[in-house]
Amino acid sequence: MSVTHTTPTPERELRWVGKSIRRVEDPKFLTGRGGYVDDIVLPGMLHAAVLRSPHAHARIVRMDVEAPRRLPGVAAVVTGAEAAELCNPMPDFGPAPDKHVWRCLAVDKVRHVGEGVAVVVAESRYLAEDARDLIEVEYEPLPVVADPIAAMEPSAPLVHEALGSNVAYQRTFVFGEVERDFAEADLVVRDHLRWHRSGGQPLETVGAVADYDPATGMLTIHCNSLTFTHFLFMLANTLKVPANRLDVRPTPAGGSFGSKFWAVKVAAVAGMLAKKLGRPVKLIEDRVDNITSCDHHGSDRIYDVELAVMKDGTLRGIKFDVVDDYGAYIQFGTGTHGNSLAQCVGPYRIGSVQYAVRAVLTNKCQQGAHRGFGSEVTNWAIERMVDLAARELGMDPVEIRRRNFIRPDQFPYFIPSGNVYDSGNYEGVMDIALRLADYEHWRREQERLRREGRYIGIGVISCQERSVFSATEFWFWFDEPAAKVTSAPESVTLSVDPTGGITATLYSNAFWGNSSDTVVAQLVGEEFDVDPHSVNVVYSGSNRGLPATGPGGSRFTVMVAGAINGAAARIKEKARKVAGHVLEVDAEDLEWAEGGFRVRGAPDRRLSLAEIALQTYLFKHSLPDEIETGLEASKVYDHPYTTMPSDDRSNLGVFYPFVGNACHVPVIEVDPDTGAISYLRYVAVHDAGTMVNPRGLEGQIIGGTAHGIGTALFEEYVYDRDGQLLTTSYMDYLIPSAMEVPEVIVGHQETPSPFTVHGIKGGGEGGRMMTPAALSAAIDDALAPLGVRCTELPATPERIRRWIEEARARGGGTMSG
Amino acid sequence: MTDRHRIALTVNGRPCEAEVESRRLLVDFLREDLGLKGAHIGCEHGVCGTCTVLMNGESIRSCITLAVQANGSSILTVEGLAGDGRLHPLQEAFWDHQALQCGYCTPGMLLRAHELLQENPRPTAAQVRAAIASNLCRCTGYQFIVEAVLDAARRLEAGATGQGHEPAASRT
Repeated sequence: MSVTHTTPTPERELRWVGKSIRRVEDPKFLTGRGGYVDDIVLPGMLHAAVLRSPHAHARIVRMDVEAPRRLPGVAAVVTGAEAAELCNPMPDFGPAPDKHVWRCLAVDKVRHVGEGVAVVVAESRYLAEDARDLIEVEYEPLPVVADPIAAMEPSAPLVHEALGSNVAYQRTFVFGEVERDFAEADLVVRDHLRWHRSGGQPLETVGAVADYDPATGMLTIHCNSLTFTHFLFMLANTLKVPANRLDVRPTPAGGSFGSKFWAVKVAAVAGMLAKKLGRPVKLIEDRVDNITSCDHHGSDRIYDVELAVMKDGTLRGIKFDVVDDYGAYIQFGTGTHGNSLAQCVGPYRIGSVQYAVRAVLTNKCQQGAHRGFGSEVTNWAIERMVDLAARELGMDPVEIRRRNFIRPDQFPYFIPSGNVYDSGNYEGVMDIALRLADYEHWRREQERLRREGRYIGIGVISCQERSVFSATEFWFWFDEPAAKVTSAPESVTLSVDPTGGITATLYSNAFWGNSSDTVVAQLVGEEFDVDPHSVNVVYSGSNRGLPATGPGGSRFTVMVAGAINGAAARIKEKARKVAGHVLEVDAEDLEWAEGGFRVRGAPDRRLSLAEIALQTYLFKHSLPDEIETGLEASKVYDHPYTTMPSDDRSNLGVFYPFVGNACHVPVIEVDPDTGAISYLRYVAVHDAGTMVNPRGLEGQIIGGTAHGIGTALFEEYVYDRDGQLLTTSYMDYLIPSAMEVPEVIVGHQETPSPFTVHGIKGGGEGGRMMTPAALSAAIDDALAPLGVRCTELPATPERIRRWIEEARARGGGTMSG
Repeated sequence: MTDRHRIALTVNGRPCEAEVESRRLLVDFLREDLGLKGAHIGCEHGVCGTCTVLMNGESIRSCITLAVQANGSSILTVEGLAGDGRLHPLQEAFWDHQALQCGYCTPGMLLRAHELLQENPRPTAAQVRAAIASNLCRCTGYQFIVEAVLDAARRLEAGATGQGHEPAASRT
């Protein structure tokens, strides 16, 4: 058990943290020199293309690959069965992985449309695709299970026979006195909620360029989608190479939104082919590959939720019953529900929680990470229920929230599941939002415009944004976990060259568009009083690399700040000794100021970092014996606040402790004839602790809000009853364009975390974690005269029209105007 | 394959001749044959605009344009936007406004904005929004892009000609 209370940096004015400097990584992106994975060209490089299943569930009876193998320019055709000889199964963190074996290509049967069955390698992508068209596969279609509720029936066809059921995991957790709270409640509101699956859909797909040297046995994989470097030994096992002969080298990712958190299949296939052929192989997903088989479709949940409430609006307890459609494989187990449990009472003093989850397998693409990692769905469910309670009690949505917020003097606040909220001022955030939104004005306008027959809606929601997970959330599901992993570190090496120039070496695939280089440069600038634009930020491969977890779960800024702080302290400790020796004073009489050490009380007697560095590089034998040549230090920064779950799992411990909060207030107009939504105002106020680069955080908030608008109104991977994916292009899977998103008015509150360096919290996911709840509330509010309630997302125009018609059929409200 | 054609075109102001398969996509020709990696591939079906380049001053989707269709044309890619190692005012404005996050849509977005400002040097915010709706950006929510394009229009009107800062220059 470890709780580290990081002492905030001593009170001094921050020079670089908190400044909206221009991003240090931008010049390369602005000039077309981004260095993305598809930009890599290696001598003799071949190109691969994967053949994918057109069936959702089918036995592979026969595959004929002779014709494509004879095609000039084709280097190899590898079937799924051959791949199973070349590779071990994929790294799988789910329950009972031996019973739902996941391979880089399907072997005996396919389990979803788009699952790979063979791969072709050729001199060009064009030739590879030509050859792919010549592969003949005979399939025997099997009964398809596309509906998660039907999948739970004992008679349902099995996605994995060895599992004996399509329910891969189920458990009910009880935290606190749930039955008492429900028995004592004045009112219990219940609803059935449906959140359909969508996904990150970055504009750059997943790709890898693998290069194998048969002479050394070294397999190098350039890749845009693998973090968790301390788990890459599992990929080495898949590829049957010694872990110390695998080097995964990160490239900038052209967006991830979770989907490149650990997307291992492409790297595995490329690695397998490079090893087989002894030549570099590039495999880049096309858009159809990515949409049908990217490993990272988002949550797909069916909820029955009950909320126990008192007449005065006090929220007492909440019960979730969730069925989650995980698709054909369950690579991360129910980690997405760990995220939910991290903030399962929202920003409220809800005293008890019952959380029942059933993770169901179906013939769809597997679930993974999508900005929020499942907690965004819980935010939506909680806020839907709070709004329902307010409606039932006749309370204003602002008032019911005000009454139930955890108060500023209650932090750190332990929620019933065991996780902690480190700090916050939720009412403060909401008040800023209401002011920016001009809430009272819009309530009056709503009233006035309703008389004109217009449907104006105002949504007010307040949700949590957990950040910086620890490893326990991937195993606390089990009474006897396979491995009680506790480490999820981030690392950095800081090197000061003989001229005082600083290089920061990072070890994860940290750049997803999240300004990792800029954040690092600012934090280094803060430690050493140097201009961030002078800091050189480089990325190490995993071989010889320090352990690093990457940006998923809004971890990066908090964790790398800890690593930089630690490495800088080591460098300064050595520099202090050197400076003391050279200046002939006791090292303890020196103080760090303005980029160097100076003698306390005699500020003219000083040495700059450059002067000290030069001493360490060139004058070792003039320095004390313990001083080694050079000025470099590394820090492996472990999660600063993790506690273990209780044995009976009545308390899951602290596993996601740096918790931001936000309030979104959209003012929208709904056209009841078309179901279309237009924006009159959109306010987003976030508290992500201390901000490192406010403009950068605003970009994340606005971009996340746009992303959340997609989730709330447009984006859905639609499967039909036969498991056919109907949305395999951007003509059907609708990402918001500039015309579908409003101008967002952003506000900030900074409530520092007491547990992190500088008080930083993560902030990369919050936009998307708020918007669905906010727009659902606004839609309800707009259509309240018609008696509509938004219970299913995305709220497409068709669904909104359907709700209006259903409400009419119930006799709820009449259309005016 | 005997199905090859000679094409002659201008790319970023330089004449260029090549022999290509009839099916070769312009984006592959630019990226693989000419090494101009700034044109990115996003959706490969002409929706997202990531592969946008200008052909004779007009934006096209290079992922659904054949290289042979570019015969005789003048192509501008993002590599041709900056001159003499200095950023174009649009690139400067994108940098100043943090109008990019992952950078993947940025070359296409810059070229689309460049086309807009050629046609309409003083657009309103609404006109910028409508114009860039041709190109998807998954990161930014577009707001800072709109701000950057409006700012670039002001800079261009004030006489900026691409003589911006050196890319590595430090500025807060």
